[in-house]
Order: sequence, then structure tokens, then C-alpha cells
Amino acid sequence: MNIVVPVKLVPDLVEGLSVDQSGTSLDTAWMRLIISEFDDHAIEQAILLKEAGGGQVVVVAPDVEGVDDVLFTAAAKGADRLVKLDAQLGIGVDNHTLARALAGVIKDMHPDLVMTGVQAHNDLDGSVGPLLAAFLGMPYVGYIAGVSAGDGRIAVRKEYPGGLVAEMEVQTPAVLGIQAAAKPPRYVAVSKVRQAMQTAKIEPAAVGEPDPRGAPKILRLFQPEPAERATMIQGNPEQVAAKLVDVLREAGLV
Amino acid sequence: MTQDVYVVVEHLRGQVMDISYVMLAAARKLAGSTGGQVVAVLLGHNAQTLAQGLGADRVLYADDKALADFSPTAYQEVLQALLAERQPRVVLMGNTSVGADVACGVAAKLDLPLVGSCLTIGEGGNPISRICGGKIMAETELADGTVVMTMVPGGYAPEAGRSSQAASMETLTFPPVGEQRVTLRQYIEPEAGDVDIAKEAILVAVGRGIQNQDNLELAEALAQALGGVVCASRPVVDQGWLPTSRLVGKSGKAVKPKLYLALGISGAPEHMEALSGVEMLIAINMDPGAPIFESAKYGAEADLFELVPALTEKIQQAKAS
Repeated sequence: MNIVVPVKLVPDLVEGLSVDQSGTSLDTAWMRLIISEFDDHAIEQAILLKEAGGGQVVVVAPDVEGVDDVLFTAAAKGADRLVKLDAQLGIGVDNHTLARALAGVIKDMHPDLVMTGVQAHNDLDGSVGPLLAAFLGMPYVGYIAGVSAGDGRIAVRKEYPGGLVAEMEVQTPAVLGIQAAAKPPRYVAVSKVRQAMQTAKIEPAAVGEPDPRGAPKILRLFQPEPAERATMIQGNPEQVAAKLVDVLREAGLV
Repeated sequence: MTQDVYVVVEHLRGQVMDISYVMLAAARKLAGSTGGQVVAVLLGHNAQTLAQGLGADRVLYADDKALADFSPTAYQEVLQALLAERQPRVVLMGNTSVGADVACGVAAKLDLPLVGSCLTIGEGGNPISRICGGKIMAETELADGTVVMTMVPGGYAPEAGRSSQAASMETLTFPPVGEQRVTLRQYIEPEAGDVDIAKEAILVAVGRGIQNQDNLELAEALAQALGGVVCASRPVVDQGWLPTSRLVGKSGKAVKPKLYLALGISGAPEHMEALSGVEMLIAINMDPGAPIFESAKYGAEADLFELVPALTEKIQQAKAS
């Protein structure tokens, strides 16, 4: 089975985020980009399918800072081909532009399955997966935790609220939005990634002019100002613990 | 082209989901800007009764066997035809396992603008979206023509979207839905698990900050001291450290304990939406910017590996005395 996994890099939320002077985009000066965690699950699910039934896994990513590390890490995990979109789409690029660029490259790969993260935390104009499906003319199902393949049929576990799961059958080719792989994403040693850097090759893929049609115009970005904020308890761990016990006692919980 | 605001009603196995009422409340605000009506769009099979209680001016009902259970492709087929014909001003769908499967496809196929993750409607009908794990808000322009939006919960109370009066219903006529490339095989019920976290009065919740499975012992000891149980956010369950029955959040359970003690949980919207019924939320996190501190009653910017053992011991002492 030929599986293509488009991935997106997003700001690491562990770092503080701020809005730049324009007021309409994020300040990239101190931004660290990492793979969107759902895309990490999509890579894992693709490799699990390959291990179970053969085939190849192609990982495609836009050319942003840190992309080579992401791609080589995917190779170290078992991805067969690494493709980088040959265009400066930038970190602030909307998903419509990205999905159109990806569709142009992926359609020539004739995939059986395209698997990508169900969402990324910075999605403002929908998610890449369902947009890509529309541009490729394939069906889409998202919120998937677990994919299995056999007899030319694909079965997916789609999550609903409350822990309910729907098992659905999907005819290929299709695009799947992955919430979680059937197993947690594997750990890969730094030495393996270094080895991949020596042996794996990143292929550039030409894309056309950026086409953001369908993405909204951003008027302003801002940090939410909460109406209320927690009463912060200060002190060393012993002091904080003692104060928390007071709070719990007052509430009748201890 | 009309000025009406359409809400695609989400329902699952005979029950209308809360996000539908949240969207109806948002639609009411939007309709105030556009000057149109709030129109609920209900897709199903023998599902007319689900229209009761929807806070809409009108209901459009589409009935077909293929719509008996949610199917992303069947929903898309029916909605695409409806929107192309009626051309409402705005269409609201949930940023959920139902709406998010369909909204992008419908918008892209009809070449309509799409705004995701809307939390509230601002002045003039501009959508305000919540992104980056709740750390950033984005106000975007309400474009001309028909605009598709997906909504997240939290901006409007579901009660505001309910009504005791029945809205008039129009049953839509459309060609039968054909064979689909995505089909439901079966539902798999949630694992029962040893405890039902939705019913527990005291929950100690662990997130990514717990770092590894061995550290769960700290949370277990604290929960035991408090007389509660341990639950978790998504990353912990995805790692297989706790079963799905302990998952709190969008695809897990909504909880309503007297005390929810969150350890190393940042407070991503997908987690927070399940906490609206919590009486007292206490958060312990190393990151002072963690969004969870915006919802917590009490917070401590602390290393949970130092604080939790101290807290467990003091609670044991307090209970013994």
C-alpha cells in the first residue's frame, strides 16, 4: 500500500507566543517549530500499516525551519521517501494554500491512503486533511484512532464524544485524519536520526503559486484576557502544600 | 442569496449534541447582524422528533436511509446541494468528529470561505476563533457571500440555544443518497472500566507533565489520600499509561466532581470543554502561562514532583488528626 503522510510544523506551545507589530501574525523571533503532534501519530500509524502489510510511506512537509529534522526523524522511524515542498510558504501560511500545494504534489504520487493529523493547534481555516481530500477528490474521515487493512479494505476507528467509537469501512483512495495511532509514536534514538541524515535523501517538489482562496482575512490576533484567573499560591513546596490543605479543608474536602 | 444563518444540527444515536445548541445561540447573535433567520438543518432518518427544543426560527429536514447514522460523505453530498441551492449567509458546523469531517469539504467544493474554531461572534458578525491551544485568539473578517464556520464550545451556553416552542419544519426533497465510499460497520461501546470518572466526586488528573508511567504512582497516592481516583488528559492515554475509560476531554468523558486537581495539564481547549461541571479546579503546572490557570480557582506554579508528595503527606496528616 502506498501511504502519503503530509505533516505540518507548528509553534511549540511550551514557549510563550506573542503577536508581532502588525497585529495580524505571530512573532516568529523566538518561535520554535515542532511537528504537530497529531501528524506524529499519522506517521506512526502509516509505519504500523506498512509493517503489517507492506508498502511504502512517503512523508511530505513544507519547507520551514526545522523541517529537515522532522523528515529525517520520520526516515529513522521507517518512512521510505521524504519530500519537501519547494516553496517558501512560511509558518503563517493558511491551510488552504498548504493543502492546494500538497494536492498538486500528492496527486502524482497516486496514493492508496493519505494520512495526516486530524488537526493542528494553529488551524484557523479548517484542517489540512479534509481540504486536501476536497482538492484531491477523495473521501475524508477524521478523528481516527486506529487503522487496519486487509483484503483491500480499510477499517478505521472513528472517535465520538464520551468514548464511543464507530468502526467504519473506507474505500481507497481516501484521506484519513488521525487523532491517535493504534500505538504511541515510537521513540527513535538521536543516533538513528543522524544515521538517517547520512543515508536518506530529501526530494524537493515544485509547487505552483500560493493560492489562499477560501482562507479568511485576519483582522487581528490577540492573547485572551481571562475574566478571572486562579488565585496563585506562592511559596516552597511545603508551604504551598500546607495552603492547599487549608483550601481543601475549608471546602470540606479533607 | 439569503441573510439566514444555518446551523447543521449534530446528533448521535438519537441524541442532539450540546454543540448544536451552542451553535444555535451563536447563530442568534449572527442573525442579529445579518438580519436573517436562524435555520436549523437536520439530517437523519425518521429523526423529525430531534427538532424539538432547537432554538431556531425554521427547521430544514432531510430524510434518507443513508443519513440514519453519520456518514461524512453522505452528509457532504446532501449539504453541498442544499447550500448551493439556498445560499444562506453563514453556515455553522461543529469543530467536532461530525462537523469537522464535512465543513472543509463542503466549503472547498463550493468555493466558499471557511473559518475554523470559532468561539464567539464579535461586532458586525466577525468570527473570533481560538487557536494555539487557547493561547491566541483571532478575529477574522466575515467575508461576502456564503461563509462556512466551525464552532468550538465554551463561548455560548447551550441553554441559550434551546427553545420550548416548536419551529416550523420544511421537509426537503432531494434525490436519494447513493452508495457511499465510507460506511459504518458498527459502533463499539466505551470500555466500562473499573470506575466511572463521570460520577466521581474527587479526581486527580494527570497530563503530559507527569512525564512517564512510573510517576503515576505519585498521583495514585494523592488520589488515595483524598479518597478519589486518577484520570488523565489525552497524551497520557495515548501513551497507554491509563485506559481510555479514564480519559477526560473531547473524545473522553465530561466530568463534574467537587474537586478536580490537575497535575501537569496545560489546559488545551479539547480538555477544558469537559470540565464545565467541575466545582473546584486546582491546577499545578510549571508553566505560568498555561491556559489552565485561567479556569482554575487555585493554582500553583510548581514542580509537581516536589509538591505532590508534600501535599499527599499533609492530607494524610490532616485526615488522621
